Amino acid sequence: MLRRTLYWSSHYVLIGLYVLFALFPLFWLIKVALTPNDLLYSEGIRLWPSRTSLEHFRFVLAHSEFPLFFRNSLIVSSGTGVSVTLISGAGGYGLSRFSFRGKSLLVALMLITQMFPLVMLVAPMFRLLAPLGLTNSLTGLVIVYTTFNAPFATFLMQSFFDAIPKELEEAAMIDGATRFGAFRRIILPLTLPGIAATGGFVFTAAWSELLFALMLNSSSQASTFPVGLLSFVSKFSVDFGQMMAAGVLALIPACLFFLAIQRYLVRGLTAGAVKG
Amino acid sequence: MSAIDISGVSKRYGTTPILHEITLAVAAGEFVVLVGPSGCGKSTLLRMIAGLEGVSAGEIRIGGTLVNDLPPKARDIAMVFQSYALYPHMSVADNMAYSLRLRGTSKPNIETAIKAAAAKLGLGPLLERKPKALSGGQRQRVAMGRAIVRRPKAFLFDEPLSNLDARLREHMRAEIKKLHRELGATSIYVTHDQIEAMTLADRIVAMNGGHVQQVGSPLELYDRPANLFVAGFIGSPAMNMFPAHFSRREDRPTLVHPGFALTLDHDLALHEGAALTVGIRPEHIALGAGSVQGIVDLVEPTGLGTIAHLTLAGTAFKAFSLTRPPLSLGAGVAMDLPARKLHLFDADGIRVGR
Repeated sequence: MLRRTLYWSSHYVLIGLYVLFALFPLFWLIKVALTPNDLLYSEGIRLWPSRTSLEHFRFVLAHSEFPLFFRNSLIVSSGTGVSVTLISGAGGYGLSRFSFRGKSLLVALMLITQMFPLVMLVAPMFRLLAPLGLTNSLTGLVIVYTTFNAPFATFLMQSFFDAIPKELEEAAMIDGATRFGAFRRIILPLTLPGIAATGGFVFTAAWSELLFALMLNSSSQASTFPVGLLSFVSKFSVDFGQMMAAGVLALIPACLFFLAIQRYLVRGLTAGAVKG
Repeated sequence: MSAIDISGVSKRYGTTPILHEITLAVAAGEFVVLVGPSGCGKSTLLRMIAGLEGVSAGEIRIGGTLVNDLPPKARDIAMVFQSYALYPHMSVADNMAYSLRLRGTSKPNIETAIKAAAAKLGLGPLLERKPKALSGGQRQRVAMGRAIVRRPKAFLFDEPLSNLDARLREHMRAEIKKLHRELGATSIYVTHDQIEAMTLADRIVAMNGGHVQQVGSPLELYDRPANLFVAGFIGSPAMNMFPAHFSRREDRPTLVHPGFALTLDHDLALHEGAALTVGIRPEHIALGAGSVQGIVDLVEPTGLGTIAHLTLAGTAFKAFSLTRPPLSLGAGVAMDLPARKLHLFDADGIRVGR
C-alpha cells in the first residue's frame, strides 16, 4: 500500500516538475508582458510584479506595426498550411496506394531535400525568387515554406493512409464509387486526424519561421511577426515589455488552432474498420 | 442472375506468373468455391473478377459482357472481404445504404431494402450502431448485408469466415448456404478450408500453384480426386499415401509395397514395375480383420469415432472408425485395405484406373 502510494506520488511529482520546467518560459513571457516599464528593472527578479498593467499590449496594438506583421503571418501560415496539406495529401495517398515506375527514386529525392541545412539555401533561393518578383512578397514565402515542408508532410500523410486498410476503398469501389469518390467519402473522413496533425505541424512551422522571412523580405510591408519581434531589438536597447506582449499575442492563433483540431488528434477514427 | 465466364485468364506480376490460363464457366445461380493452399492464386482470381486486379491475358465475362477493362463499379458485383471492410465512420444502416445511394436509389426504396436485409440477417436492433460496437460475428453479418442489399449480378466471397471462431464459423457457414438457397445468386467463394468448400459448394475448383487442379462437385473431388494434390488436400484426416509398384504376378494385377502386396480388382494399362502412389481414405481402412498387420502408434478418440495412427511396414497410416475398436498402444492389429477403395496415381501424380 505504502509502496503504491509512494510510487504514484513520485510519478506525479516527476510529471509536475516536467510540466513546470516546460511551461516556465511561457509564464515568464506573460509575466514580463504584464510588468509596467518602471518596474521591469527596478524590482529585481520576482515571480510576479507588485503591479501589473496592459500598457505594453496597448502600445503594440495601437502604435507599432505588429498588427500588420500579425496579419502577414496569418496569411503566410494559412496559405502554407493549405497548400502543403493539399500537396502532401495527394502525394501521400499516391505513395501509399500505387506502385509506379520511379517510386523509390522519387522517395529518395524527397529524402535528400530534407538533408540540406536551410542556411545553405538562402542565397540560391534569393537568386531564384528575385527575378520573379517573389522577394518582399508573401506569395514568395508561401512557396518557399511549401517547398520545404511538403516532403516531410507527404511522408507523414503516407503513414496515415497506410494505417487505413486498402479493403475499405476496394469495398467502396465495388459498392459503386470511383476511386476519387472512395477517397473523398471513405478515406478522407478517416484521415481527418492525420490531416489535422499535418496541417497543425505545417502551420506552426511556418508561423515561427525566421530565417527566410528575414532574408527574403526586407520591407516591413511583407514582414512576418518573427521578423517583427526583432524590431523591438534596437541598437542600444531591447524593449522587453513590448516584445513579450507581442509574443503573447502571437501565441493566440497557434493556441486557437490546436484547440480546434485537438479532438481529431486525440480520437482514433479507424477503430472497428476491420477485425480488431 | 447471370453467369461468369473465365477463359484463358492469366496473371503476372512483372515476370512472375501467378495464374496460368484459368478457364472456368460459372452457371447462373451456381455456388462455386475456389479452394487451395495460401498462395495458390485463388484470391487473385477473385479480385480479377471483381476488377480490383488487372487481367494479364484472357477474358472475363459477367452476364455475357466482357469486363476486362471495366472498373469494379461497372461490373455490378458485390464482395464480402475477409476483414469485412466496413466503413468505420458510418452506422450499420449507412454501411448498407452506401451502394444504393451511389446508384441514386430513392430514399423509401433504400429503407425498404435495408429493412429486408436486416430482417434476413437479424441485424434489426443494430442498425444505428457503428462497426466498432459490434462483435466479430455481427460485423460479418453487416458485411453480408451490404452485399445482398442491392441484388448484384454475382456475389464474391474472399474467405469471409476466416476471422471467426470455430463455432461461429460453422453457424455462419450454414447461414450462407441458406441465404444462397433463398437468393439463388451466382456466388464465387474463396477459402483455404476444405470443409467449407465441401459443405457450401455446388462445384469446387481446387487450385494449386496458379493452376486449376480439378473442377467438380464436392463428392466427385472426394471420391475421384484427379491427382495427388486434390487427393491430399480434400478430406480430413487426409488420405493415406504410400508408394508401390505395379505388377502382374500370376496374371493378377497387384500393387507391391516392400512390406506387403495388394491384389487389385481391375487391370491397369501399365507396364510391369510401373511406380505408383497409392491412396486410401482413413475411413476405408477396416480394423480388426484383414490381410496385413499394423502396429498401433496412437489412438485419438474424437467422440464421433476413433482415429488410429498405425505403422504398416514402415509406412504411417491413419484409420478412422465410427465404432470404438479395442486398440492397445504398441500392439498389432489386422488391417484391411479394400482394393475397390484404393486411389492410384502415376509417377506424375495423375489418377490412373477407375
